[in-house]
Amino acid sequence: MKDVIRIASGQGYWGDRFDAPIDQVREGPIDYLVMDYLAEVTMSIMQKQKSRDPNLGYAKDFVRLMEELLPDLVEKKVKLITNAGGVNPIACMIAVRDIAERKGLKGLRLAAVYGDDILNYLDGMIASGNALKNMETGEDITIIRDRISSANVYFGARPIVEALEQDAQIIITGRVTDTGLTLAPMIYEFGWAWDDWDKLAAGIVGGHINECGAQASGGNFLAGWKDVPNMERIGFPIVEAHPDGTLVITKHESLGGLVDERTVKEQLVYELGDPTDYITPDVVADFTSIHLQQEGPNRVKVFGVKGKPFTEFYKVSISYFDGYTCIGQLTYAWPEALEKAQKADEIVRKRIQYLGLEFDEIHTEFLGYNACHGTTAPPIPDPNEVVFLIGVRGHNKKHLETFANEIVPLVLTGPPAVTGFGGGRPRVREVIAYWPALLRKEAVSPKVLTIDVI
Amino acid sequence: MKVQLIRLAHGRSGDKGDTSNVGVIARKPEYYEIIKKEVTPERVKAHFGDMVKGPVERFELPNIGALNFLLHNALGGGGTITLKHDAQGKTMSTALLRMEIEVPDDLPLE
Repeated sequence: MKDVIRIASGQGYWGDRFDAPIDQVREGPIDYLVMDYLAEVTMSIMQKQKSRDPNLGYAKDFVRLMEELLPDLVEKKVKLITNAGGVNPIACMIAVRDIAERKGLKGLRLAAVYGDDILNYLDGMIASGNALKNMETGEDITIIRDRISSANVYFGARPIVEALEQDAQIIITGRVTDTGLTLAPMIYEFGWAWDDWDKLAAGIVGGHINECGAQASGGNFLAGWKDVPNMERIGFPIVEAHPDGTLVITKHESLGGLVDERTVKEQLVYELGDPTDYITPDVVADFTSIHLQQEGPNRVKVFGVKGKPFTEFYKVSISYFDGYTCIGQLTYAWPEALEKAQKADEIVRKRIQYLGLEFDEIHTEFLGYNACHGTTAPPIPDPNEVVFLIGVRGHNKKHLETFANEIVPLVLTGPPAVTGFGGGRPRVREVIAYWPALLRKEAVSPKVLTIDVI
Repeated sequence: MKVQLIRLAHGRSGDKGDTSNVGVIARKPEYYEIIKKEVTPERVKAHFGDMVKGPVERFELPNIGALNFLLHNALGGGGTITLKHDAQGKTMSTALLRMEIEVPDDLPLE
């Protein structure tokens, strides 16, 4: 058994810095590269792509990355675990295999983890007693049934461990929890038992630290952002895991960024609910048991983590169409910038009434004045400029399109010293809303398929 | 004396649906008890006023000197639905850190 494995975060979300995973592989030794690609809205877009072409429905950017990185991974024997497979992990795996063959790479095993996509089985599941009620509101799923665009179960580390046991080097999954990507290699390498709750929970904490990329290593760092070196080439976090569940959070020395107790703490509280009850498919972790200790420059030890048994449910993420939004903006300059923006708001709202437009919500903000901090922000007597933002949400697309035409005319018809209309008419966007639900674990089972490049 | 919470704490905020989570972390271990005493869910709710439509929950993480607040119905419907410029409540942490709290006059501050 190895006494340490190095699991590197390559990406915090789809659209993160493209060369971060390349640096993780080339700038120092790692054993695993993990990359998260999926958000709720992503699954819906991918289903749309797959319905147009059955060979699509995954993160194409990941395949482009493999063009560059796959030879390095093979040469350095770095294993890659990613949920870039979206709603079509098998097609994604085949696309990567094609790259491997084209580049003449040999002796490579790829795996796809699937079975999380339940879009086509929803009716059967509902009929057999899985209510899939909204976890937050308690609403019945029938009210959105005809508007659902994707439905995926969050699997944990189990199917990834299975793929590792089958000796796969590149593992491409569908909807798997971000934390599961980092936990799986620890279970596989150290032979942790599936009921060794404290160790599994430690792996989840490592996953939570890895899952948002540089947010654990100096990015978005409130306590000391001015002290973070070389942010233009910030090093993403690396979790060094030990068999006893002790972790060290670090980064490659040659890269920028900063890892200290403060950067790790900020990431620990990010998107946290009840800290004693951090629920994942494999274990429930207790974040109040985490101990941190700086053990050298850019090295923070994480230890003492406690866990308890998992629940009998998987979380399901369902996305559905829920109308449209449109947000328009104009910039007003000194003098009386705020008063001008407020006048513009009054005019647009009167136009909405005059034209008989109906919306579920109309929302105004004054950027540069109080858009972010709202009523907690003190008044500014005479701002140099204010961006007027007005957004509407509704289900009648024609009404939103009419609204979209009401912003730019203010340049010639409204208050003076106005600019910032270069973008023209604002876009009407579809709203893809998110429906969180629970599903009994026995209702689905993850599957693993491997293929070899020989 | 009264000081802004940001003198004693840093933090980060995130989102889960229409709920904003704000983690408040003591800059020094000795600040934690003061923050715990001063930054109650009631005071946080009052600080945000109309911005937080639902209840405020507070969880303690003494192990890392942090408090975690859940601000319910605070993000205009959440993620993809909201019309707010700060759709995920990324800046809710610094909005909370503006809060004024009472600290001992002789408390060493940086």
